[in-house]
Amino acid sequence: MPEIRVTPLGAGQDVGRSCILVSIAGKNVMLDCGMHMGFNDDRRFPDFSYITQNGRLTDFLDCVIISHFHLDHCGALPYFSEMVGYDGPIYMTHPTQAICPILLEDYRKIAVDKKGEANFFTSQMIKDCMKKVVAVHLHQTVQVDDELEIKAYYAGHVLGAAMFQIKVGSESVVYTGDYNMTPDRHLGAAWIDKCRPNLLITESTYATTIRDSKRCRERDFLKKVHETVERGGKVLIPVFALGRAQELCILLETFWERMNLKVPIYFSTGLTEKANHYYKLFITWTNQKIRKTFVQRNMFEFKHIKAFDRAFADNPGPMVVFATPGMLHAGQSLQIFRKWAGNEKNMVIMPGYCVQGTVGHKILSGQRKLEMEGRQVLEVKMQVEYMSFSAHADAKGIMQLVGQAEPESVLLVHGEAKKMEFLKQKIEQEFRVNCYMPANGETVTLPTSPSIPVGISLGLLKQEMAQGLLPEAKKPRLLHGTLIMKDSNLRLVSSEQALKELGLAEHQLRFTCRVHLHDTRKEQETAMRVHSHLKSILKDHCVQHLPDGSVTVESILIQAAAHSEDPGTKVLLVSWTYQDEELGSYLTSLLKKGLPQAPS
Amino acid sequence: MAAHLKKRVYEEFTKVVQQQEEIATKKLRLTKPSKSAALHIDLCKATSPADALQYLLQFARKPVEAESVEGVVRILLEHYYKENDPSVRLKIASLLGLLSKTEGFSPDCIMDDAVNILQNEKSHQVLAQLLDTLLAIGTKLPENQAIQMRLVDVACKHLTDTSHGVRNKCLQLLGNLGSLEKSVTKDTEGLAARDVQKIVGDYFSDQDPRVRTAAIKAMLQLHERGLKLHQTIYNQACKLLSDDYEQVRSAAVQLIWVVSQLYPESIVPIPSSNEEIRLIDDAFGKICHMVSDGSWVVRVQAAKLLGSMEQVSSHFLEQTLDKKLMSDLRRKRTAHERAKELYSSGEFSSGRKWGDDAPKEEVDTGAVNLIESGACGAFVHGLEDEMYEVRIAAVEALCMLAQSSPSFAEKCLDFLVDMFNDEIEEVRLQSIHTMRKISNNITLREDQLDTVLAVLEDSSRDIREALHELLCCTNVSTKEGIHLALVELLKNLTKYPTDRDSIWKCLKFLGSRHPTLVLPLVPELLSTHPFFDTAEPDMDDPAYIAVLVLIFNAAKMCPTMPALFSDHTFRHYAYLRDSLSHLVPALRLPGRKLVSSTVYPNIVPHEDPSQQFLQQSLERVYSLQHLDPQGAQELLELTIRDLQRLGELQSELAGVADFSAAYLRCQLLLIKALQEKLWNVAAPLYLKQSDLASAAAKQIMEETYKMEFMYSGVENKQVVIIHHMRLQAKALQLIVTARTTRGVDPLFGMCEKFLQEVDFFQRCFIADLPHLQDSFVDKLLDLMPRLMTSKPAEVVKILQTTLRQSTLLHLPLPEQIDKASATIIEPAGESDNPLRFTSGLVVALDVDATLEHVQDPQSTVKVQVLYPDGQAQMIHPKPADFRNPGPGRHRLITQVYLSHTAWTEPCQVEVRLLLAYNSNARIPKSSWIEGGEVSPQVETSIEGTIPFSKPVKVYIMPKPARR
Repeated sequence: MPEIRVTPLGAGQDVGRSCILVSIAGKNVMLDCGMHMGFNDDRRFPDFSYITQNGRLTDFLDCVIISHFHLDHCGALPYFSEMVGYDGPIYMTHPTQAICPILLEDYRKIAVDKKGEANFFTSQMIKDCMKKVVAVHLHQTVQVDDELEIKAYYAGHVLGAAMFQIKVGSESVVYTGDYNMTPDRHLGAAWIDKCRPNLLITESTYATTIRDSKRCRERDFLKKVHETVERGGKVLIPVFALGRAQELCILLETFWERMNLKVPIYFSTGLTEKANHYYKLFITWTNQKIRKTFVQRNMFEFKHIKAFDRAFADNPGPMVVFATPGMLHAGQSLQIFRKWAGNEKNMVIMPGYCVQGTVGHKILSGQRKLEMEGRQVLEVKMQVEYMSFSAHADAKGIMQLVGQAEPESVLLVHGEAKKMEFLKQKIEQEFRVNCYMPANGETVTLPTSPSIPVGISLGLLKQEMAQGLLPEAKKPRLLHGTLIMKDSNLRLVSSEQALKELGLAEHQLRFTCRVHLHDTRKEQETAMRVHSHLKSILKDHCVQHLPDGSVTVESILIQAAAHSEDPGTKVLLVSWTYQDEELGSYLTSLLKKGLPQAPS
Repeated sequence: MAAHLKKRVYEEFTKVVQQQEEIATKKLRLTKPSKSAALHIDLCKATSPADALQYLLQFARKPVEAESVEGVVRILLEHYYKENDPSVRLKIASLLGLLSKTEGFSPDCIMDDAVNILQNEKSHQVLAQLLDTLLAIGTKLPENQAIQMRLVDVACKHLTDTSHGVRNKCLQLLGNLGSLEKSVTKDTEGLAARDVQKIVGDYFSDQDPRVRTAAIKAMLQLHERGLKLHQTIYNQACKLLSDDYEQVRSAAVQLIWVVSQLYPESIVPIPSSNEEIRLIDDAFGKICHMVSDGSWVVRVQAAKLLGSMEQVSSHFLEQTLDKKLMSDLRRKRTAHERAKELYSSGEFSSGRKWGDDAPKEEVDTGAVNLIESGACGAFVHGLEDEMYEVRIAAVEALCMLAQSSPSFAEKCLDFLVDMFNDEIEEVRLQSIHTMRKISNNITLREDQLDTVLAVLEDSSRDIREALHELLCCTNVSTKEGIHLALVELLKNLTKYPTDRDSIWKCLKFLGSRHPTLVLPLVPELLSTHPFFDTAEPDMDDPAYIAVLVLIFNAAKMCPTMPALFSDHTFRHYAYLRDSLSHLVPALRLPGRKLVSSTVYPNIVPHEDPSQQFLQQSLERVYSLQHLDPQGAQELLELTIRDLQRLGELQSELAGVADFSAAYLRCQLLLIKALQEKLWNVAAPLYLKQSDLASAAAKQIMEETYKMEFMYSGVENKQVVIIHHMRLQAKALQLIVTARTTRGVDPLFGMCEKFLQEVDFFQRCFIADLPHLQDSFVDKLLDLMPRLMTSKPAEVVKILQTTLRQSTLLHLPLPEQIDKASATIIEPAGESDNPLRFTSGLVVALDVDATLEHVQDPQSTVKVQVLYPDGQAQMIHPKPADFRNPGPGRHRLITQVYLSHTAWTEPCQVEVRLLLAYNSNARIPKSSWIEGGEVSPQVETSIEGTIPFSKPVKVYIMPKPARR
């Protein structure tokens, strides 16, 4: 029985370290290769020894697919390919290919230079790893080998994020990666055609949330910023360098443009500049507005947003500053925060979630006095705002995507178990398809019934057409022919042609059967009676009485003879070819019941 | 005919070469139309299919007259029979279709042939084309039932064809020609009327998506032609909503909409439950669902149609704005709900904490329906869509639904306000307009007003002006709201001083709509103090004027308000009432009996006396012929003066008054010119004096052009009179020239030309001639035979006498007539700083002007730049530069490129707007151009221009280029 097997090595009932193994029609594909943010030990990377204990991964995996450049989807890639050892192809989209190494390098720097970890991948390894990458375009069908093909769909979420369809023959799996069904200021909405895969593997971060319209959020954000700068305050927005940062930049930039504001906006430098460069390049991956207007002006060429310098923080007058990192736990954003916290005119806007223990979390939960290192106490007088700008699909969005793709079954990853439970139930109820939610290391096996294409010879088809009515589009029809399997392809041909091709002579196969009948009359008369009997019953068939005394029904021959021992019984000899098996056996059973009593 | 055809058909099979000769003999029949003969010869010459195709293509470029169509068709058919190449047959078939569309040709005679060749055709493409031809024939003969039946029959026969193209065309044919009544009387030729609807419906499940689409389209076509669709189609159409192909879904949405409009009240069951709902509600839910379809084409279609489903129940309607929020399975309030709550609790602090939007109640997991079959959140999705086309469609739909349901209008307000922040200007603009349209039904809350007003800072002028218009007709609930609006508008004024007029106008309406809300604000706004006199504000400050406009307009409805004014306010009132009378209403002020007597009586009958006056003065003039010339002149002068003053006083009569005055002025000029002494003296002596007469002629010409093209609402009746006046002016010109020039030769040409003009006049206005009894032209036409044969000198003499005898024609006044006018707002012409640029390069000058009562400004309005050296440049603005903010009003915002060689000093150039005209454009085009497929090119050659705005001076300075 053919089947699809799916084993999450990470992201099974969990967020982080996405890594899913899929076996489909004998092909093994690894989807994403991420790290976990919550761990600093071995658990931060997926357990690749699960795939194979000894022996190279290359022999076992046909390809690796990376959905987008977030570290929880690609962070383990150099470790996997260079340290564990994998030489096969790695597929990702062009923007991912461009931005991914920047983030990996940054990740490496923090781990090695700041935390002083040994036995971590090196810069060279990142470079070597990226050499194995094959970049794909949207909607481009890439043949990994003769049978396995993959195709990328637009996923929103971040620049270059893609959903992938993995297809072998007629079996297919769609992996969504992270996606967003509502368009935002710089990205469009995820879209997939009605590809009807056997399995849809979807993220489920917001499995139990239906979000408010993005317009309210945007308006709120802009209003807050605008009001603060108008009364001369400074606005600090701690962000992570990529993804939402660009979204907020565009939001502010267009607002500044529209409202003709002159207040400076700064962006703390670092990897963002490099990344912004790529944002400028990959215009085709952005939304309608940016795509349409980039000829006049590229939206990522910020007019109002300038690079930040440490000295600017002390400048008088209003300003807006984007600074990294996003949770205010270290670095530039924290420095600026300390400088500005004392003034109630200022404001800090947290655009995302903050982990417990960070300054960001503390101030969001309402703490007004912070203890800094060196026993300093920092009093926070500035306003603290929280806005959620997240780019994941909500429950409705997930359902919408499932509806668009029409899969045979759904598998949930990248979410919390409790929330998945709810969504699973909903999906099963609304779409009447199976839904799975395996934990890490747990394997889901899906039986499939792949359709096998069979070639049919035109002659045979025409012959059949000539016999019956016109074929109806959706009704099955019975057809006689010979199935030839040769070099793993199947053909249906007429038996004559099959014989010819195989060089065989045709054999006639005849069945004969004797039926004893009580009849005292002569053979001739018995034959006559059989003829008239059959004629009355088989009205559709051609029943003939031949001059030599035998009766034929189509090609079936019936002869009557006297029993050698008992003259009162006649023996009917019924003979038919195997093609007429159906009719022949019917006739015998009919004759066995005896002839009706002749009206005497 | 049929026998002949049959013979042809058989001949085709034998493919005899000698047919050529037989064709050749046929030439005799075709002697009349040279066109068909030429085609025939061409086709005979053709050696290869490619050749023949070339000839046919060439032939198709030229139009064919209705009389020769039949001949051409015969020839084409003949060639069709012998042609083996399908591409040539295809072209012939398409030509047949085109020809049968020719005006004045009845295609029923080629019907038989077309059906006949259809039966023998093998190529699918040609078949499809032939069916198309039949469709053209069928639509040409809508009354002929028999033919229609026959065509439907043919279509039904070919419906089983294997090619989708053929099936497509068949369905199209059925849709266009299928008989509408099911049981037509037993027919003429015994063809039973078919149930077209059922036949078409069967193809909803065709295997080819294109055919499915065509079937739905055909069904829609049937509906459009008046066939009542069965309700059973609804279920079929619903199934098609989940089709794999977008064009099918898109068409299916339309079909569902149509059915829902036909049977809004019938009841349909909800699958998987026992409940039943109204069909319109069900359809509404289904179309709402399509708003989140995968294809944006379908989404646009669905969003658009939602707007017109007005009968839908209100709770369904309100669902479209509701997207039950939840977070971690707990119910969450939307930001809108929170805002509303904040507002109603009176708290307005912005101290929002993390988790302020924390979800409250638990949600029953069983009850949450993630994919509602209903309308849940359709508009929320539509308004957030990626494609701005969908968003615009959604906003439009919202507008239409809100107009019909006040409660829905109230609800959708939050969403519309949100759209003011859309990233695409068009969407913002559209939503502002929408808001304006529904503003009668709504009152803005303060927080909503806040968001609305924030947009006032938008850098796009269109957006700001749209917003001003919106504020003009908005209801504000509190006095804080008014104050807020005023503050924001003043902020806008300082930021964009060019918005001055628009802001004043906006405040005028804001004041007159909310007198009671303005009242408590007055002391604050005027910064008066109960004990101290405050400094008198600067009267020229636009912001102060804005405040006063608001207050004075409010005071009109609120008699207690003037008591709060201080002395200088009254003075300012008097000043503003005079200088900005359109913004400041007449007030009844205590202690001053300034206008009190005229305020009320003015309102009701005040149009009648002036109208009457106008009529009377015109009547007086038309009785003119009985007076002596001297008296006539005086009367005319008097009346013109009266009319001009009337136009100034009564803006609604300005058009009529100006128009009549212009006409009378022409007459006056004519009379004056004829009074000249030069007529009595021998010609050669009065060369100089003739200046006056010829100047008069020229001026009359100018005036007539102005009358014809500068007024909107001029009807044919007036055009005749105007043209008549122009003809008189031309006659005058001719006489003057005849008097002043020596020699006869140039006169010959002029006379000829003049007579042509007369002839032309007669042809153009033949229908109106009876009204011109006793007029100049009437007499002239009587004398026409004589004129044609006379010598120039004689002609001039005749003209002179007729001109003198002719009477003043009565100019009937049109109902509504408005003079086109234009004001250039920008450049203002006040700047002392010259615009510097390097000579030889260009500088772009922004021009912003408002146009009133200009018809078709895209083609008529031009910008003229006059350089100091006398060089004039005419610029044609792009059609996209014109906006249409209201009926009869246009706005030109364009850039004019200036360039010149280097100057030593800065100097002024003049910029003005011109109205280009072409008097020939009024004459209907000769008919033969319209036949054939080549659409007549609209040639807008400019005959002349009329300046219709005050020129504005712009200071420029082209510097020499630095080396």
